[in-house]
Amino acid sequence: MPIYSKEEAQALLKKVLSYSKADECEVSLRGNDGGNIRTALNAVSTAGDISTVSLAVSSVYGKKTGTATINEFDDASLEKVVRRAEELAQLAPENPETMPMLGPQTFKDSIAYNPATAAMTPESRAEMVGQSLDVTKAANLQAAGFLENTTRFSAVMNSKGLFAYDKSTDVIYSVTTRNAAGTISGYAARGFTDVKKMDTASATKIATQKALSSASPKAIEPGKYTVILEPVAAVYMLENMFRFDARSAEEGRSFLSKKGGGTRLGEKLMDDKVNIYSDPFNTELPGPTWNGDGMPLERTDWIKEGVVKNLSYSRYWAQKKGVTPVPGPSNIIMDGGTTSLEEMIKSTERGILVSRLWYIRMVDPQSLLLTGLTRDGTFYIENGQIKFPVKNFRFNESPVIMLNNVEALGKPERTISVESYRSYLIPPMKIRDFTFTSLSDAV
Amino acid sequence: MGLGAAMFPNIPVIGSPIHPEAALQAADVAAKKRMADVALNAAKSKGATYADVRIGRYLNQSIVTRETRVQNIANTESYGMGVRVLADGCWGFAATDKMDNDGIARAADLAVRIAKDNAKLLSEPVQLAPQKGYGEVSWKTPIEKNAFEIPIKEKVDLLLAANNAALSAGASFVNNSLFMINEQKYFASTDGSYIDQDIHRIWPNFTITKTDSKSGKFETRNSLGAPMGMGYEYLIPDKSTVLNGIFPIYRTRFDMIEDAKTATAQLEEKLKAKPIEPGKYDLILDPTNLFLTIHESVGHPTELDRVLGYEANFAGTSFLTLDKWKSGKFNFGSNIVNFVGDKLQPGGLATVGYDDEGVKCGKWDLIKDGVLVNYQTIRDQAHILGLNASQGCCYAQSWDDVQFQRMPNVSLQPGKAKLSPAELIKNTEKGLYMFGRNSYSIDQQRYNFQFSSQLCYEIKDGKIAGMVSGAAYQANTQEFWNSCSAICDASDYRLGGSFFDGKGQPQQVSAVSHGCSTAKFDKVNVINTSRKI
Repeated sequence: MPIYSKEEAQALLKKVLSYSKADECEVSLRGNDGGNIRTALNAVSTAGDISTVSLAVSSVYGKKTGTATINEFDDASLEKVVRRAEELAQLAPENPETMPMLGPQTFKDSIAYNPATAAMTPESRAEMVGQSLDVTKAANLQAAGFLENTTRFSAVMNSKGLFAYDKSTDVIYSVTTRNAAGTISGYAARGFTDVKKMDTASATKIATQKALSSASPKAIEPGKYTVILEPVAAVYMLENMFRFDARSAEEGRSFLSKKGGGTRLGEKLMDDKVNIYSDPFNTELPGPTWNGDGMPLERTDWIKEGVVKNLSYSRYWAQKKGVTPVPGPSNIIMDGGTTSLEEMIKSTERGILVSRLWYIRMVDPQSLLLTGLTRDGTFYIENGQIKFPVKNFRFNESPVIMLNNVEALGKPERTISVESYRSYLIPPMKIRDFTFTSLSDAV
Repeated sequence: MGLGAAMFPNIPVIGSPIHPEAALQAADVAAKKRMADVALNAAKSKGATYADVRIGRYLNQSIVTRETRVQNIANTESYGMGVRVLADGCWGFAATDKMDNDGIARAADLAVRIAKDNAKLLSEPVQLAPQKGYGEVSWKTPIEKNAFEIPIKEKVDLLLAANNAALSAGASFVNNSLFMINEQKYFASTDGSYIDQDIHRIWPNFTITKTDSKSGKFETRNSLGAPMGMGYEYLIPDKSTVLNGIFPIYRTRFDMIEDAKTATAQLEEKLKAKPIEPGKYDLILDPTNLFLTIHESVGHPTELDRVLGYEANFAGTSFLTLDKWKSGKFNFGSNIVNFVGDKLQPGGLATVGYDDEGVKCGKWDLIKDGVLVNYQTIRDQAHILGLNASQGCCYAQSWDDVQFQRMPNVSLQPGKAKLSPAELIKNTEKGLYMFGRNSYSIDQQRYNFQFSSQLCYEIKDGKIAGMVSGAAYQANTQEFWNSCSAICDASDYRLGGSFFDGKGQPQQVSAVSHGCSTAKFDKVNVINTSRKI
C-alpha cells in the first residue's frame, strides 16, 4: 500500500503518536509509487517499478530534538522508531532555535493529483516510449530517453493536533536524439501532472528537428551576445536563484544581502518585466499545499515588476525578527509576455538561440555567478534569421544580471529542470549581453 | 494505484515467512539467504534466464550544527529488496519493502513482467559476461571504530569544539555536519553467489563564513577533510599523518578543530585578497582540489556506458570513443600521467569486496604512460571490449534502485622520483597554488571544464606572493593532462572524494574517491569570475 489515503495515513500516524512519551512529537509519512523506462541507442536499457513508504518521527523534550525514520510498519517497528527518536532527543543538546509545534491548521484541498497518471502501467509506459522510438528510427537517429511516472503522498501529524495530507502525480519524459557518428544532437523534455497531456512523439519530433539542423556547427568567438533562451534552458539557470531566504540575506551571506547590513527586500533588482511567484493552486503547475513545518501555502509574490517583494522567513527567524513567517516557494511561476519565439528571432540583429544548458554550478554566491554550457542545439542568429548552428559555449553569467537584461518574454510553458527534474512555468526569454567565455568541442 | 497483490494471485510460495525484525539482525545471514532464494526461485519460475537480488539495510546518521547549537540529529534506516532479472533477453527490475514470501515473489514476478514487456523495444539481447558463483562469502570495510557505536555526545562535542575554535578566531558563522553511512548489503544471484557485505563511510563537512558588513562582502572556506571509506578513526587526529606545507594538511586522519582554526585565519586573508589578473598560469594543484578535476575529466569519460551512448540523455557521452582506445596510442596526457581504476583502495569511498552484480573487485590501468588503455565496465558491457569478465563497477545507491555502471576509485599514480610541493613552488615563475574543491563544471563529452578552489595563492618567482580572489581555470581535458609536467611523490599522496556523484535516470548518487599527489600543469587559462549585481 504505497499510496495511503488521507484516512489510512491519519489512522497510522495516530497509532505512531500514541507511542510517544516526549513533550512534543511530530510524525510524518511519505510514499512514492511509480515506474520508469530508460532507453539508449533506440532500445530500452533499464526499466523499473518502485514503491516505497517511509515514516519519520521527531521527538522533542524542551528544546532538544531527535529524528528517526523507518520503512517498516508492524507495531514493534513503529514503537521502535519512536523510542529511537526519543533517545536521540534525550542525547541532543538544547537548540534555542527549536520552535513549539504548530496546532491545527486549515488547508485547501490540493489539485495536484491525476488518476490517469496514477494508473499508468509497465505496458502503457512501454507504449509511450515505443511512439518516441518510432520517430527517431524513421529519422535514422538514435534516441536516449527517460519516461517516469510517480504518484506521491505525504502526511504529517503532531501531538498539538496538526494533521495535513497531500497527494500528487507527475509524469516526465526527456529524449536526446543523436546520429550514429555522434556529430549531431537534439533534446526535448516535458513534464505534466496529467499524463493525457504527454505526447512523447511530438516531443521527439522537436528533438529530432534540433539534431538534424545542428550539423556542421561553426566556431564563433565567445563574448557577450544577445541570447534567446528556450524555457528548458532558462529555467535551469533561474533555478539557482529561487531560494529567497531572509535569514542568509540578513546574515550578510546572500545575493539578497544589502551593503551595510539588512536585505534587499523592496529593492528593484531586475527588469520591470520580471514577475516571479508561487501558487500551489495554479492549474498548470499545482504544488504542495503545506510546507515541512505544517504551514499552509498560498500564492506568494517573490519578484514583482523587478522588485524583491517577499523573502521567506522560517518560524524561528520570523519570531526573532518580529515578523510573520513566510514559507519558502512551493512551486515557481514566472509571468511571460506575448512575444513568440519567431518574433524574438526576427527582432534580433546578432544573437544566439540556446535550446538547452548543461552542468550549471555556482561560481560566486555573492553575485550568483553561474557557469555551465550550451548543448543540443545552439544556433547563430543574424538580421532576424537563424543562419547556422554553432559550436557549444561555456558561459559565466548571473541570473540576476540576466533578468536585468530582459528584452522580451514569451508565453510561459510548463517545463522541467534538466538536473532536478522539478517542474516550473517559465517563458522563453530574450536577454542581451549574456557572457560566453570559451568554446567546447562537445556535441 | 500501485501494482498490488490482486494482480498476482498464483505466485508460488517458497520457504517460510520472515518477520522483518528477524532479518535486521546483522548476523542473520541465513534468513537473508532464505529470502534471496524465494526471489531467485520466483523469477526463474516466471521465465527469467538470470536473476539477482540485493537485500539492503541502509543506516545513516547525521549530526547538523551551526555555531554553538545542534540543529538536528537524525538516524535513518531503510530496508528492502531489489530484484533484477533477464527475461527474453531484456532487463527488468522491481523493488519491495514487503519482505514476506508473497511480497518478495510479487517483486520478482513484476520484474519478469517488465522485462518481457520491454523486450519488444530491444534491438539486441543483453549479453552477460560469465561470472562464477562464489558460494557464501562476506566482506567488511576495514574500520577501526564503528562511527555508529561512538556516543552521540562525543560526536556533538567534536563538532561544537571545532565551531567554537572558529568563532573564537573571529568567524561570523559556522555550519558543521557529520554524516555516517552503513550499507549492509546482501547479494545473491542465480550464478550461485551469496555475498554479505558491511560497508562504512564517514564525511565531516564544515563551511566557515566571515562577513564584512561595511563592504557587503562575505567569504567562505570549506573543510579540507575528505569523505572517506573509514570508521570514526578518521576523526582522531594523528600528528604523524599531517603534512606541513604552507599550512597543515591532513592525510589519513583529519584534525577538524585545527582545520577550523586554519580556515578562519585564512578567511581574513581571503576577504582582502586581490583580484586575479586573467591569463595563463602554471597551476600547482593540491589533491584537495585536483581530486575533483580527476573525477570529472578522467573518471567520467572512461565510463564505458557513456562512451557507448547509454548516458546520452542525462550525464552525457564521452570524447574517449572506442576508436581512440582501439588505436592503442591515444595521447590522453603527458607520459608521466598514469591512472588506475581501483575498487580495493584502502579508505576509498567506492571500495568494496564485490560489486552489486556479484563480481569480485580489483585494480586495473585506465591511462598508462599517458595513453588510454581501458575503461570501466560491468557484466553486460565486458564483451564490447573483448573482455571475458566484468571489472566490477556495478552499483546501486539503494535496494530500490537498479544497479548500473558506476565509477570505481580512479586515482592518479604518484611520481616515481622524490618531489615535494615546496620544490614545485620553488621551480615556478608565474603560477597559482590551489586548495580545496569549489565550483566545478564540464561539458557532456568531457572536453571543456572550469574549476575554482577554496584557496588560491599566487606564486611569483618561486615564492608564495599572497592570496588572490576570483580565479577559475578553464581548459580542455586532453590539453590539460598533456600539460602535466610534474607529480609529487607518494609521500604527498592523499584521497579526496564525493558522497554524491550523480548519474542515471532516475538519478542515483554514488560515493567515490580519487587519490593523487600535488601536480603541476603548465600554462593553463585562468579567468576572473568576479561580478557585481
